[in-house]
Amino acid sequence: MRAGRGIRVTGGILIVVAITALVGPWISPHDYFTTNFDRPLAPPSLGDMHLFGTDDLGRDLFVRTMLGIRVSLLVAIVASFVSLVIGVAYGAIAGFVGGRVDAAMMRFVDTLYALPFIFFVILLMVAFERNFLLIFVAIGAINWLDMARIVRGQTLGLREREFVEAARLMGASPLRIIFRHIAPNLVGIVIVYVTLTIPQAILVESFLSYLGLGVQEPQTSLGALVENGVKLMESASWALLIPATLLALILMCFNFLGDGLRDQFDARSLS
Amino acid sequence: MLRYTLLRILGAIPTLLLVIALAFLMVHAAPGGPFSNERVLPEHVEEKIEKKYRLDEPLPKQFIRYVSGLVQGDLGPSYGYRDYDVDELIAETFPRSLRIGALAITLALLLGMAAGTVAALRQGSWLDKFVMGFSMTGLSIPVFVVAPVLVLLFAVKLHWLPAGWTSQTGISRYVLPVITLALPQIAYIARLTRASMIDVLGRDFVRTARAQGLGTATVVRVHALRPAMLPVLSYLGPAVAAVLTGSVVVEEIFGISGMGQLFVRGASNRDYTLVLGIVITYATLIIALNLIVDILYGIIDPRVRYR
Repeated sequence: MRAGRGIRVTGGILIVVAITALVGPWISPHDYFTTNFDRPLAPPSLGDMHLFGTDDLGRDLFVRTMLGIRVSLLVAIVASFVSLVIGVAYGAIAGFVGGRVDAAMMRFVDTLYALPFIFFVILLMVAFERNFLLIFVAIGAINWLDMARIVRGQTLGLREREFVEAARLMGASPLRIIFRHIAPNLVGIVIVYVTLTIPQAILVESFLSYLGLGVQEPQTSLGALVENGVKLMESASWALLIPATLLALILMCFNFLGDGLRDQFDARSLS
Repeated sequence: MLRYTLLRILGAIPTLLLVIALAFLMVHAAPGGPFSNERVLPEHVEEKIEKKYRLDEPLPKQFIRYVSGLVQGDLGPSYGYRDYDVDELIAETFPRSLRIGALAITLALLLGMAAGTVAALRQGSWLDKFVMGFSMTGLSIPVFVVAPVLVLLFAVKLHWLPAGWTSQTGISRYVLPVITLALPQIAYIARLTRASMIDVLGRDFVRTARAQGLGTATVVRVHALRPAMLPVLSYLGPAVAAVLTGSVVVEEIFGISGMGQLFVRGASNRDYTLVLGIVITYATLIIALNLIVDILYGIIDPRVRYR
């Protein structure tokens, strides 16, 4: 059970990171917005509790980084939920109705696959000012394609099974069949693919924040911290390296977790 | 084959129109005009400006004018860069971005497929584990993290390579930007190649080839490589999209005046025509590339044509 160990380790790291991000700012004597011009660019030290040092305005980077992780995780969860709802509904309908509707719906998904979505999101951000809600919806709206494909494939197979046939004979409406009989059988694979869309959502959010199109100062996110770190890297490398490492670590853990879950799920559905 | 090709080309046109319409609508639905950034203008001046850029016309009319200009390669005047047309700006910056992007994709294909094939042949060995570990790491680290860290390491600390672009000539200035852009693609292509190579190596025709006494190198080169390449081929479209996205960051960090940098500057200046023009250029590029991949698919794998 090597996969099992991988899942436990990466899941454990993520839980530790999430708890630290939630509790850390509360324990630290500093807050995320107070500037301190006596102590700009202080290196990380235990003495004055600037665990990750300070930035060019003397703000505590530990608290700011934890805040950034919170934002990243929040965006990831909400955006994944948006993509889950769209993807599952779309895929289940296409797979269940089948025939020409299915072909047309999937052709549409293929078309969307060809588009450079990130540029549309940037366009959206530029056009409508930065808006927290819009970020969530925009990121969720670009990540549902994979989910729709997977769910459609599964639904195609489930549709022919005896229990669906039985439900139909008993006079269940198509909507009832989709939600009561097919959807519960999709839960496993959907969870696996949500785990894989979470890092994508984090990546898009941090990319937008990096470009200065994400959350607004004095709020922050990992992408915004990396962007500020790039400016300071020659005099204060910690300002870049710490948030960059944490972002990479979180993304890597989610990728490993999703991969591990998928392998285990595949192994189970094969046996 | 001709029929297949024509059908594919016809299929790409509505996609392109959809993209143009979507981008156009998005920009024009934006609250506040393109000039509301500047100091408040007297009403009659604003009217004159709107008239000059024909923003006073109804939206459908503006759209038709825009598309008919587009067909002739005219993307309208830039709102941000006075006296420049958007097509001039794109023509000025595009070749630079293309060169770096093409180098990155080539590097990614060569290294990614080589690493993936080696990993597939030695499945389970330490080499395989190394390639897969590297691949997972490469996939997880965003371009905007790789770029500054590489600069910090190789330019600021070690002084091996230049950090900037403009102060340099010659090949050394290409190294860091190209590697940064290629890294995640190498990682992904290696995974793709490994998975499909393992699949192909287990097929009957490979067993037959082995049974005929061919060496591993010949089996891979002559029999396995072509079918194993198909997933990599269909990844080319997304790969180019990813490299374009990355170029936005890379050009900004290395100070390369390419199309990605132009896009970011345009976005922060609310230069709507410029941003619109670049999005359409990117989309056209990606759609065209997907089209080429589709047609190549038909050539490499004849079964696809009759589906």
